[in-house]
This record gives sequence, C-alpha cells and structure tokens, in this order.
Amino acid sequence: MPQLVRKGVRIDDSFAEAFPMSGTGLVITAPNRKWALTAAHTMTGFATSVIGCGCEAGVDMELSARETPDGRPGVRILLFAMSSKDAEKQLVNRLGQCVLTCPGTAVFRAIDGEFEIKVGDAVRQFGDRFQIAKSLDGRRYWRVPVMDGEFLVESKVGLTKKCVGGGNLLVMGADWESTMRATEAGVEAIRAVPGAITPFPGGIVRSGSKVGSKYKGMGASTNDAYCPTLSGLGASVLDPDIGCVLEIVIDGLTDAAVSTAMRAGLKAIIALGPKNGAKRIGAGNYGGKLGPFHYHLKDLLP
Amino acid sequence: MKPLLFALRREPEQRLDLSKLTPDRLVGRTVKEIEAIEIGTTKVEARVGEIFKVRSGDPANLHFEGGSERFDLLGAKLLPGFSIYVEGDVGAQLGRNALGGRITVAGDAGPYAASGMSGGHIDIDGDCGDFLGAPLPGEIAGMAGGRIVVRGGVGQRAGDRLRRGIILIEGDAGPDLGSRAIAGTIIALGAVEGRVGYLNKRASLILAQAVDFGPTYVDCGAHNFAFARLFSRALVEDSRRAARLLSQKLRRYAGDTAVYGKGEILTPA
Repeated sequence: MPQLVRKGVRIDDSFAEAFPMSGTGLVITAPNRKWALTAAHTMTGFATSVIGCGCEAGVDMELSARETPDGRPGVRILLFAMSSKDAEKQLVNRLGQCVLTCPGTAVFRAIDGEFEIKVGDAVRQFGDRFQIAKSLDGRRYWRVPVMDGEFLVESKVGLTKKCVGGGNLLVMGADWESTMRATEAGVEAIRAVPGAITPFPGGIVRSGSKVGSKYKGMGASTNDAYCPTLSGLGASVLDPDIGCVLEIVIDGLTDAAVSTAMRAGLKAIIALGPKNGAKRIGAGNYGGKLGPFHYHLKDLLP
Repeated sequence: MKPLLFALRREPEQRLDLSKLTPDRLVGRTVKEIEAIEIGTTKVEARVGEIFKVRSGDPANLHFEGGSERFDLLGAKLLPGFSIYVEGDVGAQLGRNALGGRITVAGDAGPYAASGMSGGHIDIDGDCGDFLGAPLPGEIAGMAGGRIVVRGGVGQRAGDRLRRGIILIEGDAGPDLGSRAIAGTIIALGAVEGRVGYLNKRASLILAQAVDFGPTYVDCGAHNFAFARLFSRALVEDSRRAARLLSQKLRRYAGDTAVYGKGEILTPA
C-alpha cells in the first residue's frame, strides 16, 4: 500500500468509509458529577455496535454546573442508530431502565434536530397520574415523583438524520503496550472533540471485522488481513514490524465532527512517534462503494 | 431605526381602544393614515391624531410617551417579534390575547392585564389591577402561556383560571391569588392574603411568605426540586429575588385537595 510518513509514523494512503446514521442525545444532570456520570455510563453501556446492541452510544462531554439547564453538574451523551425508529426505541428503553432509575438525575435535550423523539412523554406514565407537566420558554418538562424526590425529564428531545457513523483509525504498532499507548492517546484527543463519540470499550476495538464469513449466515467475521498472528499468510496486509492492531471507531453528529475527531486522533498518535507508539496508521473501508462518507487520511494529517 | 412614537397630547376624555395600534396593523401605514384611526369607545369621535402626536419610525417597536389609565387593550393580540414600550400607566386588558412579543409598562396597569395571553413577555414596573391573567366573564381559561412580571403589587385573584405560563409578582398580592388555577406557575415575593390557591387544580404557587393555606392544602415536607432550579435559571434575568427563592429548598403543600389536588404551594423550608 502506498504510504506517507509523518514523524517516522507510516500513514496508509487509505480512507475510512462511513455511513449516515440517525443521532440523538441527552443532557443528564445530577446533584454531583459522580451520579451524572453513573447514569451516563450505565445508559451508554452495551452500546458498542449497532450489529448487536441496536445503537452506538457514548459520553460526548462533561458539563459544569454553569452549562446545564438546572445548574447541576451534567453529562452530554450521544446515541446513534441506523434508523430514527431504532434510535427512539433504544433511547427511551435506556432512559427508562438506566436514567429514571438512577438516583438524583434529570434529563434535558442535548441537540435540536429535524425530528423529535418523545422521551418524557414516554416515561411520564411511570408517575401513575401523580406526574405534573411544566412548560418553560416553549419547552415542556415532566415531573415524575420517585422515591428520592422527583425525576425531571424533558418531554421531547431532538433527533437528526445528518449524523455519520463509522469513521475509524487502525493503529498498528510493535506490541500490545506501545499500540495501546498510541491508541489511548488518540482516544483521549477525540474525547475533547464535541459532537463525536467512540462507542467501543474505552473507545477502542480489537476485533475489527470484515464483511462476510466462511460460515453460512454470518454477515461479519474477523478482519484476518489485520490479525498479527496470521501475518505470514497470503491475505495479510501487515508489515513484519507490526505485532498488534487496535481500531478507534468514531460516530459524530455531523460530517465535520467526524473529520475533526479523526484529525485530532491522528495528530495525537503521530505526536507519540514510532518508538513509543504506533509504527503505522491505516483506516478501514469496504472499497468505497457502501458508505457515502470517505475520510482520506492524507487530507487529515497534521 | 427609531421606534414609532405616540406622544400623548393630553389626558383622553374617554376610554380608548388601543387594540388598533398594534405593530402588525401599523406596518406600511403613513403617519397621516395612523392619525386618522378611530380609537374612541363612545359616540364622541376620538382619532389618534387628536390624542397623540405621532412621529414616524419602525412600527415593529412602538413607544408611547405618556400613559393613562384609560389606555385599554394596549398590545392586544400582539405577535412575536414586536415590542411596545409605554412611559406611563395603562388601562384594562393590557396584552389581551397576546401571542408573543414584548410589552414594557413603566407605570401601573389596570385590571385583566395579560388576560388570554398565550405567548410573549409583559413587564409592568408599577402595580397591577385585579384579575391579572384571568379570563373575562364567560371564558373558560385564563392566561395560556408567556410570562408576566409585575414589579409592584397586584389586586385580587391574580392568576385566576391560569392555564399555562408564568406570573411573577415582586410585590404583594391581593386576596385569592391563583384562584381556580388550572395549571401554570405563579411566583409571589411579597405578602399574600385570603384564600391562596383556592380550588387550584395543578398549578404551582411559589410564595416567599407562607400563610395558613387552610385544611385542603397538605404538607408534603421540604425538598430540593430540580424543576425549581430550572425555573430559577430561566428567571434570573427577570428577577434575581425570584431566582434566589426558587433555588432554595422548598416546602411543598399539595392541593387544593378540595378539587383535583395535583397543584401545589411551595414556600421556603
């Protein structure tokens, strides 16, 4: 594969191929940061890939008490799915099980989209007719009595279909430790980008997949071309000095958020250099025919 | 661009119907056309030109120089994006059925201010008459949205049949504040009297000073309300005192249990 070199790190002349997704988000607040984060992490847990989880979700950013509608510490989470119906179903289900149940929380809209999802309107009935609606500046909130006081939840939140899912970076290094160091640095940089999340565990996925399988009925299987233990076999694209590959997958509210996130990730990984971090960076695609969004690494280099 | 100015020549001799002088009705009219508008309410003719000196300007922003308690229906059916400023008093039904926009009165207002209002923002520097935000006789519901801030006191039965929206009273409230309220929010920073929240269905009355609310209001203890903090943030520009009241721990009296009982009176704990 033709390559560019930056600070000794080889960059594949390749591109990440991404897909349109429906995205929505919530601002979750609580009396303190701990419980806002607890609700956010619980709600966005088991939301790594749409294949098995129904959605991809993660913490976008933490908000200080000054930035939230009710003046308490908060967290903004984003949730993406392949259709607006899936997004709504997942959001309401997760809200009902993970945030309504979490002590001290309140929920507000995080984004204004072309569509609206009924959130408070869906969980208000938990209040068994003791719930009360409050309108403020054109927005409606439900107060649902619960055992620690009241669960305040906005009636509707925004949903947009202009989101992008599947931006990615393949981080390749000599061994697990150095590759992980580089990938963690990349994830850390992406975390600071608003409007983009990395839905996998700690932002990192080790089981990158290819389309198709030798088994009947399996849509995806291990990306054998990037498996270091198969590096001697014909299909491998790995160089002899690569012993580990980790992937960062990025979902964003907009095309720009994903490219900004990839740019930030690339910069941080390259800055670490090949000795302590990654020796090579690539990107995953399906030949460019499946997804309409293409992020060419050479355009995103620092 | 300067606002369209109406300077009062002298105290009008009859009550005036100023609903014809809302910004949307004045767009595209010349000063001469405006001066010819009939605003009297009796057999005696009263044209704008006789009562006001009109100076041309942006009709989206009206400015009344001088007021009178005979200025009825000022800002009626006001639409979003427009504003009216009155340097003086106004009469009955200020902002009646207003849909949006902003009305500022640097003086007192008469009865039935904000009656039927469903959007917009009214700010009254002085006192306000009876039946603030209340429906006119025969109507089912009162104010249905928007926000009204009264810096002074209000007469009796403010917020009668309130349906939605926020009424903020910085001064004292007359008897029967929030009577028959359907929903919405009333905040009173001064003293209250009479049957507060009488037959209140599901409105929230937040009062700085507690009185005896009678046996049909039930003490539900003191709590931190997330919604109150939300309102506190939203109201901080209108009234710092109200914002402070709302950010406190509040004691909740549920009621009026003589009717629906989903309403409440909140007072500092």
